[in-house]
Amino acid sequence: MTILKADGISAGYTELDILQKVSIQVKSNQIVSIIGPNGAGKSTLLKTIFGILKPREGHITLKDEDITGLKPNKIARKGISYVPQVSNVFPSLTIQENLEMGAFIRTDDFRGRMKEMYDLFPTLREKRNQKAGQLSGGQRQMVAMGRALMLDPMLLLLDEPSAGLAPLLVSTIFEKIADINKTGVSIAIVEQNAKEALKMADHGYVLAMGRNVLDDDGKSLLDNEDVAKLYLGG
Amino acid sequence: MEVGGIIAYLVSLVIMASIYGVFCLGLNIQWGYTGLFNIGIAGFFCIGAYTSAMITTSMPTGVLAQYVHQLFGLNMPFIFGLIGAAISCGLVAFLIGVPTLRLSEDYLAIATLGIAETFRLIFNNERWLANGPQGLMGLPQPLHSLVSGQKYDYIYLVIVLVVMVIIYFLIEKGIRSPWGRVLRAIREDELAASASGKDVFRFKMQSLIFGSMVMGVGGALYAHYTKAISPDVFTPLYGTFIIWVMLMAGGSGNNKGALLGAYVIWFIWIGSDFLMDMLPAAIQDKGPYLRFLIVGILLEIILIYRPQGILGEEKKVSKLYK
Amino acid sequence: MAELIVYGIVLGSVISLGAIGITLVYGIVRMANFAHGEFMTAGAYIALLVVGVILPWLGVPDTTFGPLSFGWRMLIAFPVSMAAVAFMGIFFDRLLYKKLRLKNSNAVILAMSSLGVSFIIRMIILIITGPDYRFYRPGVMRPAIMLPLDIKIRPDQIFIVALVVVLVVLLHLFLQRTKMGKAMRATADNTELALVSGIDTEAIVMWTWGIGGGLAAAAGMLYGIDVQLHPGMGWNFLIPLFAAAILGGIGNMYGALVGGLVIGIAEQLSTAVLLPTYKLAVAFIIMILILFIKPEGIFGGSEK
Repeated sequence: MTILKADGISAGYTELDILQKVSIQVKSNQIVSIIGPNGAGKSTLLKTIFGILKPREGHITLKDEDITGLKPNKIARKGISYVPQVSNVFPSLTIQENLEMGAFIRTDDFRGRMKEMYDLFPTLREKRNQKAGQLSGGQRQMVAMGRALMLDPMLLLLDEPSAGLAPLLVSTIFEKIADINKTGVSIAIVEQNAKEALKMADHGYVLAMGRNVLDDDGKSLLDNEDVAKLYLGG
Repeated sequence: MEVGGIIAYLVSLVIMASIYGVFCLGLNIQWGYTGLFNIGIAGFFCIGAYTSAMITTSMPTGVLAQYVHQLFGLNMPFIFGLIGAAISCGLVAFLIGVPTLRLSEDYLAIATLGIAETFRLIFNNERWLANGPQGLMGLPQPLHSLVSGQKYDYIYLVIVLVVMVIIYFLIEKGIRSPWGRVLRAIREDELAASASGKDVFRFKMQSLIFGSMVMGVGGALYAHYTKAISPDVFTPLYGTFIIWVMLMAGGSGNNKGALLGAYVIWFIWIGSDFLMDMLPAAIQDKGPYLRFLIVGILLEIILIYRPQGILGEEKKVSKLYK
Repeated sequence: MAELIVYGIVLGSVISLGAIGITLVYGIVRMANFAHGEFMTAGAYIALLVVGVILPWLGVPDTTFGPLSFGWRMLIAFPVSMAAVAFMGIFFDRLLYKKLRLKNSNAVILAMSSLGVSFIIRMIILIITGPDYRFYRPGVMRPAIMLPLDIKIRPDQIFIVALVVVLVVLLHLFLQRTKMGKAMRATADNTELALVSGIDTEAIVMWTWGIGGGLAAAAGMLYGIDVQLHPGMGWNFLIPLFAAAILGGIGNMYGALVGGLVIGIAEQLSTAVLLPTYKLAVAFIIMILILFIKPEGIFGGSEK
């Protein structure tokens, strides 16, 4: 079943559109990776899906509902969570408080969910009263994802989760992402690290210059010679 | 009132409006072209006026020395008063600029406010400086000997207009030069300007200093018009706030707008005085407060509905750089 | 000199209340509120209205609590005035600043607007009450208590410090233990992420104005109790308030608390060598020094 459909999206930060009629799809339980060179519009796409930017044309559908143009706080309530690339934690709040803020719009008892987060990221449990700003890059990324997951989303949008992390941490993060996916959350991940992103992807999209260039299942893209030449160098 | 009286009154209005016009030109360099938020104009007003006063008067002697105290009195001609006013204001601007210009705009605002309030306190309490709350009187007027007392205003009007026009053209020339273009670039996008290699701090400092020097000249012009100054003249309302309203109303980023705003708002201000005469006697004494309340509301309306003012920013300047 | 330090703590606690409001607004709403001093003035005068006009008309008796200079009337006036100024802050935000925010106006335009608001408030107060100095309780003898070290202190002043401590503790608990308080801290930390998390940042803004306004009103009333009321009282506090907030690290509430005390003590100590009227200038000099030495303040704060 298709969870998310972004159809013919054109969007940008000024009058100049970065995205030109881009389309992607995410199906139930899938990991979809979006790769491509810098400036391709990958982050812009995620921001448009989450409502931070309003598309000039195109539609975004969640399950069967048109969510085009809705503001982020409404989209969060519909079951999508978003982790920005930078500035993705509340630095002066503790890990615990960051997770609490993640659950801000929940009206039920979320303590069970918080326990699940600590099970998923055990390192965070012992540091739960430390301020997020004092954590290492890898730990901060986990807090960022935990914050987003507190809402029990059906779809998680991740913007370059491995950016700036040491190689050992990169594999840890990708392991965690796979774990998250196993709990039933569909994931759309934008990544510079194309190889790792495609390895775990059910489906992959290549974007360049704000347009769709190629899409196929993850393994085929990995084996694709052109993709390897252009994007898998790093 | 016969025609002569009306004309004389109009002349005095235009003189005051033109003096405020000079202030608006100075503020326009800082805010209109560089985006600096100076809410201590009253401080430069005060320093300029007092500097010119003390340069152009002589130290009191004899009996007078018991009643009037001032720090120095050079008894020099009017033109040196103007120059001295400009220099002293430029110096103060430099001193505030050093700690604050590298930080966000709000810090400059608070610092300029502090300077204005501090100088007002000092001039008010230190009698040895400039006679404390009583201030300085009997300030000389240039070319006074030429005409009889009643007609003198015409001469002063010419003097003020000449100074105003000279300053206007100097600024216009400066704005159209490469220096001016950098200022505009800083106001538009400071990060981009500094990324392209410009020393943003130096340009902001120059803008702060030149604008303050112009304000100093305005203060001097004021002092020699009214012939007497005291600390309670340089209040946040008359010395700072009204000038901001003038510039925002006329059009910031536009020298013509700066002057237009000065004339329009000054005439509205004077007009509101007549309106207040129509108030019932019981609340007549609330007149001045009502007038300022109206000015304050006017500023808010301008900020929300027409922040570019009557004339808006000059289009010509923005076309000069791609 | 010990006495001056004690008076400095009294003055400093009043400054702290105002500075906390300034720093909260700066950190969350991202603007320098030049009308904050007038919030203090408004708070003091609204209390004057309640104590001097409304409550007598309602027949509330004019008693005093023991050695304090005030009684039931002032006690009732406190929450009333704090609520009124809280709403006033929210009102001006809705009427003016919000519109400017939606137009993406820069920080200077917002600050300029608040400058206009400060004059509007002051003129309204002048129109209603005129320029004279007033007291909550004119002509009262305010007997002092003797403390060790030859320090004379009035019971009112002990109340002032105590009340400030109570208010600060309450605010601390609110920010640390309640959902809304944590959301306020989160919004101050990272407004975009707060939006992404679904936090209603406009509601946070309202709360900020409410708390800032309420604390300012309290500060104004306390000053009025200790010294006097006059329409320019708030404006004279503006420099010390900003100096305290900057000293403590703008955006940092605890910094503002400490900053306020430091400024208050410094101002009082300065009266040993300078005229009291120069206190404002002392605050200003301290602020300039901090900007030279450590612009992010003692505690760093949340610099954008």
